Amino acid sequence: MNWLPTNGALHGVALDHLLAWNLAVIVGLCIAAHVLIVAAFLFRRARKSESPVASRTRANLRPHLLFEFVILIALTALYLGMDITGHKLWAAIREQPGSAQPIQVEVTGVQFQWYFRYPGPDAIYGATKPGLVSAPTGNPLGLDPADPHSADDIVSAILILPAGQPVNITLRSQDVIHGFFVPGMRLKQDAIPGMDGDLQFTPTTPGDYVILCSQVCGLGHSRMQAGLRVVPQAEFEKWLAAREQSILNTNAARGAQ
Amino acid sequence: MTTPPLTQRPRRLFTTNHNTLAKNYLLLALIAVITGTLLSLLMRLHRTWPDLAFPIHGIIRPEDYLALVTMHGTLMVFFVLTVVPQSAFPNLVLAAQIGSDRMAFPRLNAAAFWITALSLLTLLAAFFVPEGAPISGWTSYPPLSALAAAGPGQATGMDLWLIAITLFCLAAVLSSINFLATIAVCRAQGLTWTRLPLTVWSWLVSSGLTVIAFSALFIAAALLLADRHFGTSFFLPAGMVINGIPQALGSKAWGTGSPMLWLHLFWFFGHPEVYITILPGMGLASSILANFTRRPVPAYRMMIIATLLIGVLGLGVWGHHMFVSGMNPYAGTAFGLTTIAISVPSSAEVLTWLVMLFRGRMQLTTPMLFTLGFLSFFIAGGLTGPILAQPALDAYLHNTFFIVAHFHLVMAMAGVFSIFAGIYYWYPLLTGRRMNELLGKIHFWISLVAAYGTFFPMHLSGLAGEPRHYAQLAGPVESFTRLIPVERGITWSAFLLAAAQLIFLFNLFWSARRGTPASPNPWRATTLEWSPLPHPTVTSRPYEYGPAAGQSGDFHPQWEPEKPF
Ligand code: HEM
Ligand SMILES: [Cu+2]
Ligand SMILES: [Cu+2]
Repeated sequence: MNWLPTNGALHGVALDHLLAWNLAVIVGLCIAAHVLIVAAFLFRRARKSESPVASRTRANLRPHLLFEFVILIALTALYLGMDITGHKLWAAIREQPGSAQPIQVEVTGVQFQWYFRYPGPDAIYGATKPGLVSAPTGNPLGLDPADPHSADDIVSAILILPAGQPVNITLRSQDVIHGFFVPGMRLKQDAIPGMDGDLQFTPTTPGDYVILCSQVCGLGHSRMQAGLRVVPQAEFEKWLAAREQSILNTNAARGAQ
Repeated sequence: MTTPPLTQRPRRLFTTNHNTLAKNYLLLALIAVITGTLLSLLMRLHRTWPDLAFPIHGIIRPEDYLALVTMHGTLMVFFVLTVVPQSAFPNLVLAAQIGSDRMAFPRLNAAAFWITALSLLTLLAAFFVPEGAPISGWTSYPPLSALAAAGPGQATGMDLWLIAITLFCLAAVLSSINFLATIAVCRAQGLTWTRLPLTVWSWLVSSGLTVIAFSALFIAAALLLADRHFGTSFFLPAGMVINGIPQALGSKAWGTGSPMLWLHLFWFFGHPEVYITILPGMGLASSILANFTRRPVPAYRMMIIATLLIGVLGLGVWGHHMFVSGMNPYAGTAFGLTTIAISVPSSAEVLTWLVMLFRGRMQLTTPMLFTLGFLSFFIAGGLTGPILAQPALDAYLHNTFFIVAHFHLVMAMAGVFSIFAGIYYWYPLLTGRRMNELLGKIHFWISLVAAYGTFFPMHLSGLAGEPRHYAQLAGPVESFTRLIPVERGITWSAFLLAAAQLIFLFNLFWSARRGTPASPNPWRATTLEWSPLPHPTVTSRPYEYGPAAGQSGDFHPQWEPEKPF
């Protein structure tokens, strides 16, 4: 299992565990089937000839069919078991109760960049307008200054999150479908234009993780990468406060003009 | 054989003769598979040595890579894996296997071939238009596929792709209607439903699926063309901004659609399509295993039921391609369950084949070897299915190379090996000669090893988090460095795999002239495509192999009247 990148998310532990035993089971089954094929292949001449009368009649088939039936039942049970354990984990990931107040972040995919927006102290994302989108002038998401909620929104090109806090992500796309994929957080969901995606997870281990795009989105698809930095709670608050301050400063400077 | 070998018959261009059409389809698929393979080798070269410059073209740009993937996937899925098992083979043997010398609708059948040919030409033309071929992958998700501004190749190239697909859908539906009618009305006297070879049952189910699934894709492609050119917005929401330019702000009614509609329509086609490509191969595997172990198919009726179940359940699993699309998580659970359900009849078929290996005496002819290869790939690729059917696990593996490994084993390699089995097996019907067995066996062993060498390690890349559709290796740093040698190995294997096919090509053309002349029933088979009589009356089940008291020989062909015990 050390093929997987290091896991840094709460649900990732259970996911890696589930994946590991699932892989072990199917590798086992695959080997078993191939042992049968190879055995049939190697010992094909050694078989004693069946009695001519019996060979084309049904009675002779019974032991084979019984064997087949038993294995089929066992496989069905196994598949169901896999499905049920898989469903439990899925439910745990997708129906996470918002016990602690989760951190809110909006993730927007744009050809070929990820943007991260924190709603600021008012905890509400300001309105955006397609007509206002302008990356060169520093408004890549098209924040509408007329909306008071947008004044304190922080837009970042890197995703910074505190360790140990649940995060709620609102997933958006400005143009085509992108795939928000954080291998180290065992996290993936498509950002579909016109829809608000919804994702929960809890990063646990501080460190740097890569964010990729997993849905082909145009010529820059493979370089559409961003960083996720998981930091201790205190550091996160410091960073957030600093960003907030600098936004207030810019706004104040704009207002003074 | 009901008809004389093709080489002895004058070939008319616009023939309605299904045997000639089969040959035409095979040639068409050969063009597609050679092109598709060359494209995949370019992709592998670029992924492994990104700075390699090619004569004339120069370096492969990221958009070139995406165009290569798109065209490779489209050629392979539609023009190879659908055309051969679902068009060429039924034209070659379906009528004969039901004791008929004609199809129900020969003109419709011929028209389908020409539409398919036109479709292929349209698709290949996309390479030669300004900006080149489309880059949105064989699934062509909008808005990338809907807006010309979204990327190079998404203007004329994408239009050609959509027209090609529309034509292909039309042809597939037409030819399937012919097959369905042929099976329904052209069966020989005495050929009841429980005396049909399993290949015929497979074609019955896969043709039914084709009519349903390709109609859905036909509609989806037509609607997407309308979005592109007639100002509709079936798949387009409001508020999109491409390159800083807001899309269609002017019209109020525009922008009420959703890309999700395309995902649903596409996968409502896409999943049944997987079974359309593989069901004929499953039927053929049963027939060949019976033929070369000289024993009947056990649980023949259960195999029919399993085939029907796969067909029916196959229409209800499409959502497993959309677990991470933002679809309702409960829908994910439901589609996971239907997917588990369909793995039961699939497993039943595999178990029957495994049982068959232990009965009678195995004869290792080339078609038999390729069938064993099919079985191996179907198992190795199929077993990852129950993993990918779990939304939680798929959420990590989706759109990584793990998926590429999964479908290249279970669909591409199983499909291609079963195509090879069919060609080696039915070659005498095409040419009156047999293909060279020694070359066939060399072809098999190299292909088997190289195919595993190419596609098995892709599981590891996928586990490491390497996404598909990436022009260059990327991903989490630690897992990424471990992948470089793996990726090299994949590329070398891919070249070996492609090179092994030269042996096949040589054998294919050489044997047509120089192969050993085949006797009328060279494999001592029981099914009617080998019948010397044109209109047999059938009194027996399809796979009467094995010694029986009071009979000479170890098989009872369906065209011979049953001798009393
Ligand atoms: C020499 C044999 C083959 C090699 C080396 C090969 C290699 C590849 C590679 C490198 C990709 C691109 C993966 C990515 O970057 O996303 C790919 C995609 C694909 N291949 Fe193959 N392939 C081969 C044969 C086949 C066959 C026989 C089929 C028939 C089903 C097939 C179907 C596909 C499909 C459907 C895709 C996905 C295309 C897309 O995402 O648009 N391949 N293949
Ligand atoms: Cu992308
Ligand atoms: Cu599917």
